Amino acid sequence: MGTATREKMISIQTLGFSYPGAGFRLQVPALSVASGEKLAVIGPSGSGKTTLLNLIAGISVPDAGQVQVGETTVSQLGDAARRSFRITNIGFVFQNFQLLDYLSVLDNVLHPYRISSALTLNRPVRQRALELLDQMGIAGLQSHPAHALSQGEQQRAAICRALLPQPVLILADEATGNLDPDNKQLILDMLFARVDDNGATLLAVTHDHELLPRFDRVQDFADFRGASS
Amino acid sequence: MDSLYVAWRYVTWNRGKTLVLIASITLVAFLPLALQALLNESERQLRTRALDTPLLLGAAGSALDLVMSSLYFDDEVPARIDMRAPAVIDESGLAYPLPLYVRFMARGAPIVGTTLDYFDFRGLQLAQGRLFGLLGEAVIGAEVSMRLGIGVGDSLVSAPDNLFDIAGVYPLKMIVAGVLADSHSPDDRAVFVDVKTAWVIEGLGHGHQDLARTADSSVILRQDAGTVTANARLVQYTEITPENIDSFHFHGSAADYPLTALLVVPDDDKAAARLRGRFIDDSRYQLVRPDTVIDGLMESIFRIKQVIDAVIVIVAIATLLTIVLVFALSLRIRREELETIFRIGCSRMTTVRLLAAEILIIVTVSAVLCAGLLWLIHINSAALVQGLILR
Repeated sequence: MGTATREKMISIQTLGFSYPGAGFRLQVPALSVASGEKLAVIGPSGSGKTTLLNLIAGISVPDAGQVQVGETTVSQLGDAARRSFRITNIGFVFQNFQLLDYLSVLDNVLHPYRISSALTLNRPVRQRALELLDQMGIAGLQSHPAHALSQGEQQRAAICRALLPQPVLILADEATGNLDPDNKQLILDMLFARVDDNGATLLAVTHDHELLPRFDRVQDFADFRGASS
Repeated sequence: MDSLYVAWRYVTWNRGKTLVLIASITLVAFLPLALQALLNESERQLRTRALDTPLLLGAAGSALDLVMSSLYFDDEVPARIDMRAPAVIDESGLAYPLPLYVRFMARGAPIVGTTLDYFDFRGLQLAQGRLFGLLGEAVIGAEVSMRLGIGVGDSLVSAPDNLFDIAGVYPLKMIVAGVLADSHSPDDRAVFVDVKTAWVIEGLGHGHQDLARTADSSVILRQDAGTVTANARLVQYTEITPENIDSFHFHGSAADYPLTALLVVPDDDKAAARLRGRFIDDSRYQLVRPDTVIDGLMESIFRIKQVIDAVIVIVAIATLLTIVLVFALSLRIRREELETIFRIGCSRMTTVRLLAAEILIIVTVSAVLCAGLLWLIHINSAALVQGLILR
């Protein structure tokens, strides 16, 4: 995303979204995230935190307001353009890791390059993948099937997958939610270190208040008016 | 290529499902094609053999039994004719006859009693040894030699006609004089003997101790002037050797000796037509053109095949629907995976390409397997037809 500036990575104005047939309506009057910032998003279950991530990533399209990532107004892009934008600019880290059992650890990390024509898989990319695995301490597991790894190792592999395309924005949805306390700190350390290495912005949804002091800023969904209509 | 790689990893990971799909598609494609190939080869062999046999004379009755016995040495023995029949053909001056007596078996192979002219007529070549020259000698087909592991100088015993007929046919030990080269025809699985040897097996000719010279009076039941009657202690020979061959002799009138058919080789088409005309209303004999009999048989076979084809089409449709269902269920099981790659940013076309690549791999492997199996069928079709269909 060559046009994205480092000053303001995410800019949301009067955002509104409802799932068809559902009573819930997400409303975000304004949200701004600076480039390189690490923002934690907290709030009760069902308040729309994951929906917000989906709107920022262009997975869902708001019915009111707009979402801007860098200088790109994601909410105005067509479906194909949003997918292409997402895979090249945004890295996703999921609570359940979402690795594919039938692929090795290395193949999982390289997977975004195999499912999109917007990314080109070449030797430097493979080399970078191996370096990432090494930095995350799982280089020795690169040929192992993903399902054979421990949960902490799986999340490390998932972080490598999210970081490999060198995205400017990392969206983490309860990334430490399935990990034990030791692994939580370790994974967060590794995630922060890699985000800093890449100069990326991190927006992480979490329920874990112990981790909040480590973020630059915390956005509580209670400040928004998520309401049933 | 990336889609193919990912698809390959998926199908190899899900080995069970993949193998079932491949097996289903392979079988559904292979079965009708293999059946067609075997039927084509059967038709070719049946027609070739029938076209190479201009006319066949046999007892009045089933033309199909006559043809199947005389050309393909089928188990069904047609009604017999006698040695007067060759004389009838000879006397016509329109053709020459080749006698066939196909009734007995030796270790699972039909014994064909005939004359040396049969080998010239069929264009059969020897791979080992020579043609039969003496009573009790046999020439065996290539498949008989291979199956039984016997060759020139070995022996072969005819099977008793009826185990419960105490006064009946003794098994005859035959010496293999020659082995025929492979001809991919029913001749490969036959044992050829002189027609007189077949009559010996029948019990019409036999050899035994010379009663006039024997010193053992216990074998003599009654002795009149010029006639000696033996009792059951008389030694009957079950093998024809240089030492006892002179003792072999035939009883009864030679004209009454049986045959199952005559291969009739007319001088030309006109002679064939005239000859056929002579037997149209004959109550004892039928003179048939084997190719017309086989045409009728093939029509019946292909009517059956059409029914089989229809069944296979229905099975193929059912299999196809099952495969579609398997993929649909597979998509449901993989919803989380597809959701993940969608969230990562996978394009719609890539999802379609991944699924198409999986189908392509499965169909390609099935096609290769099917082609391989069909190739095996093709290179072995002659032997398979001989072994499975024309046996």
